[in-house]
Amino acid sequence: MIEIRHLTKRFEGKNGTVVALQDINLTIRDGDIYGIIGMSGAGKSTLVRCINMLERPEEGSVTVGGKAMESLTPAQLRAERREITMIFQQFNLLMQRTCLKNICFPMELSGTPKAQAEQRAKELLELVGLPDKANAYPAQLSGGQKQRIAIARALATDPKVLLCDEATSALDPNTTHAILQLIQKINRELGITVVVITHQMSVVEEICNNVAILDGGKVVEEGPVAEIFSHPKSDAAKRLVFPSGAPHGGAIPGRRCVRVAFNGSATTDKPLVASLALECQAMVSILAADTRQVHGQTLGSMLLALPEDADGARRALAYIAEYPGISYEEVEA
Amino acid sequence: MSEFFAGKYWQTFLEVLPTIPMETWDTIYSTVLSTALALVIGLPLGVLLVAGEKGGVLPLPKWVMTLLNGFINLLRSIPFLILMIMVIPLSRLIVGTSIGTKAAIVPLVIASFPFVARLIETSLREVDGGVIEAAQSMGATPFQIITKVMIPESLPSLVSNITIAATTILGYGAMAGIIGGGGLGKVAINYGYYRFNWILEYFATALLVVLVQVMQSVGTRLAVRCDKRLR
Repeated sequence: MIEIRHLTKRFEGKNGTVVALQDINLTIRDGDIYGIIGMSGAGKSTLVRCINMLERPEEGSVTVGGKAMESLTPAQLRAERREITMIFQQFNLLMQRTCLKNICFPMELSGTPKAQAEQRAKELLELVGLPDKANAYPAQLSGGQKQRIAIARALATDPKVLLCDEATSALDPNTTHAILQLIQKINRELGITVVVITHQMSVVEEICNNVAILDGGKVVEEGPVAEIFSHPKSDAAKRLVFPSGAPHGGAIPGRRCVRVAFNGSATTDKPLVASLALECQAMVSILAADTRQVHGQTLGSMLLALPEDADGARRALAYIAEYPGISYEEVEA
Repeated sequence: MSEFFAGKYWQTFLEVLPTIPMETWDTIYSTVLSTALALVIGLPLGVLLVAGEKGGVLPLPKWVMTLLNGFINLLRSIPFLILMIMVIPLSRLIVGTSIGTKAAIVPLVIASFPFVARLIETSLREVDGGVIEAAQSMGATPFQIITKVMIPESLPSLVSNITIAATTILGYGAMAGIIGGGGLGKVAINYGYYRFNWILEYFATALLVVLVQVMQSVGTRLAVRCDKRLR
């Protein structure tokens, strides 16, 4: 379990002190995939570096597996860092070493005999799906392959925690998906707790169970992913869930229009627009829509133009008002 | 034509010619040995210049860094010609004499190790900070980061810069001919400059040029060959 309590981190800059993180409190359960999401500059990379003390917090404590990280001696900290490994956006592989030697690197640091280290490295190459790249140099690999090697390297010392600092931000969507699948597999099969730092909501959606939203150095929302996504309360959360904002415009002058917000109704529920047509014979048209499925729930909003005849419009509105899992408001063109 | 070759300069040239291989060897020997010794002193200093600064892998007290930088700058600002004369007593102390190829190695090393330290510093600074951070995140000690990350990762650049150092030391070594150092520089100065024998002057200089060319191409080739970033 990772427990972060009242963590505050400041940086002394030329223009005075910058508070990068302010009174952060988080609990990450063993075996969880925990997302920390925020815009650039929200402090998420600093936060993840406080977990393995690459950054030292000014106040507060970080406890990993019962050990208070900030009070370890340098030697104890180095030993502990073998249990808490990290992968990076830029992969940070040793460019002058082969892939096999890169994976051997952390074992070399801890004094594992060479033959044993190479044997383990080969197994890890299998695990990440690159058994034929043992003697290739990082420069010969694609971004996704480099990250796989970095993951293999991070697993070499049998860690309990894997920290992923924007691990997929430099990759294309397909490769991102494949890497996320690999991280999920590692979490499931090896039981490693994963902390995912990202600015991409899609990453959190895809693999995280729980999420904390970081904004301006503070945790503004925290909880299970489905809950946060269905009821984003803070502005930061809303911005992340719907980056382009609620759909605007398109309302037709002289026509009654309604904005319908889906607050996490089950996707398997009967479809609203079709139900309007079938059950109350009201033909509405969709003027704008931005909805998405998260963990089986529909989130987002839609702008509907009600039927032109007053009676039809009234019927449709009454139907929408009764519809479960949505809220609505009438909008003027 | 025969008159031309019968001139006294040609006579001297032919007399001196048999000693040229030995003088060439002296130049190579003093260059290689001086470069090696300069590296022995300059490499640790270059490492300290990078690792010891604030935010480095082995931060040292600020006064230590100021002193180190000041010391290196001081030695680098003394012109070689003057430095050679200033260290004559030291050469006597270490080598037992102040004349000859061996004695010239003392001023050569003293003049070149600060330069080497700066070159090493430049090379080590090219190492990506992210890679160093990754090593730290894996529990590497500062010493491991220096020996297993910083130096191996900057090896191609180190090889290039050491080549620059070696060619510069070759040039300094030739200057050492003035205070009695051996080698091709001595030939060019003693016969060419002091006795106006332009033939020997140009001949010895041409050999120095060839040596520099050879060293530079070997160095460049090595640097390219050991760089695994190139496909």
